[in-house]
Amino acid sequence: MTSRVGVVTFPGSLDDKDAARAIRIAGGLAVPLWHADADLHSVDAIVLPGGFSYGDYLRCGAIAKFAPVMEKLVDAANGGMPILGICNGFQILTESHLLPGALTRNDHLHFICRDQKLRIENNTSAWTGDFEIGQEILIPLKNGEGGYVADEKTLDELEAEGRVIARYLDLNPNGSRRDIAGITNARGNVVGIMPHPEHAVEKLTGPTTDGLGFFTSLLKSLVNDGAISV
Amino acid sequence: MATVVVNVALKPEILDPQGRAVSGALGRLGLTGITDVRQGKQFVLTLDGEVDSAKQTEIEKIAETLLSNPVIEDFTIEIYP
Repeated sequence: MTSRVGVVTFPGSLDDKDAARAIRIAGGLAVPLWHADADLHSVDAIVLPGGFSYGDYLRCGAIAKFAPVMEKLVDAANGGMPILGICNGFQILTESHLLPGALTRNDHLHFICRDQKLRIENNTSAWTGDFEIGQEILIPLKNGEGGYVADEKTLDELEAEGRVIARYLDLNPNGSRRDIAGITNARGNVVGIMPHPEHAVEKLTGPTTDGLGFFTSLLKSLVNDGAISV
Repeated sequence: MATVVVNVALKPEILDPQGRAVSGALGRLGLTGITDVRQGKQFVLTLDGEVDSAKQTEIEKIAETLLSNPVIEDFTIEIYP
């Protein structure tokens, strides 16, 4: 049976189609989910894609967290369902308190769009099992509010528990504390990352295919956890 | 009818690049003596009826869950009956 991976579309989502494509290329079945539909349609995992949900009004991700689909998603995440939030999706996950900290305006105030080198630092989450610790990857980054902040205690906890998924290499593009590009929750099922793995899954359109690892990792973890019988 | 004003500002320890940019512009205008600028948001809520304690609790909840993000922001509430 093919894994069913939901991709939520909010008003203002941009990267839902690319996320769905990445899921298909990795071998999964992409299931469109709609913000106003409080039904997860029996998916095994969910991607919250990048974009500008609700125009980023109020704060990035702040209004999305009250969408009908999110109540179900939060319950599912607390029950262990793998969730990946990319860019705006990461912002929604912190606003929903599924991940600690917050994403703030880039310290230099500019929107930044570049291919960004990262170092993978956790390969035990549901979304990173296919990577090696210390592996360097290159995937696109594009954000205006990507500066990761949290209090020192939270940052120390994330480090001590190995919950930093990836760190920026060579340069810190947005003022993120401790060069953090992505984190996971304690259970390892919820991951948020600011750069865009879904834009690096095909040679034709991406700088590399390094991003595919997030999606192949997920599909393997679903099989290993018995969510999907093969 | 009552008016409730909710002011939201970044916590002092959170970097405020927008405030810093405004601060830079003040210098270019030749203004001196302003040592720091912090930029915030103001929400003006219009309510029908009076603000009793139950309503006030409700507004505090709204300020905490929607209007501000307590991880990075503080808020104050002003009530004008």
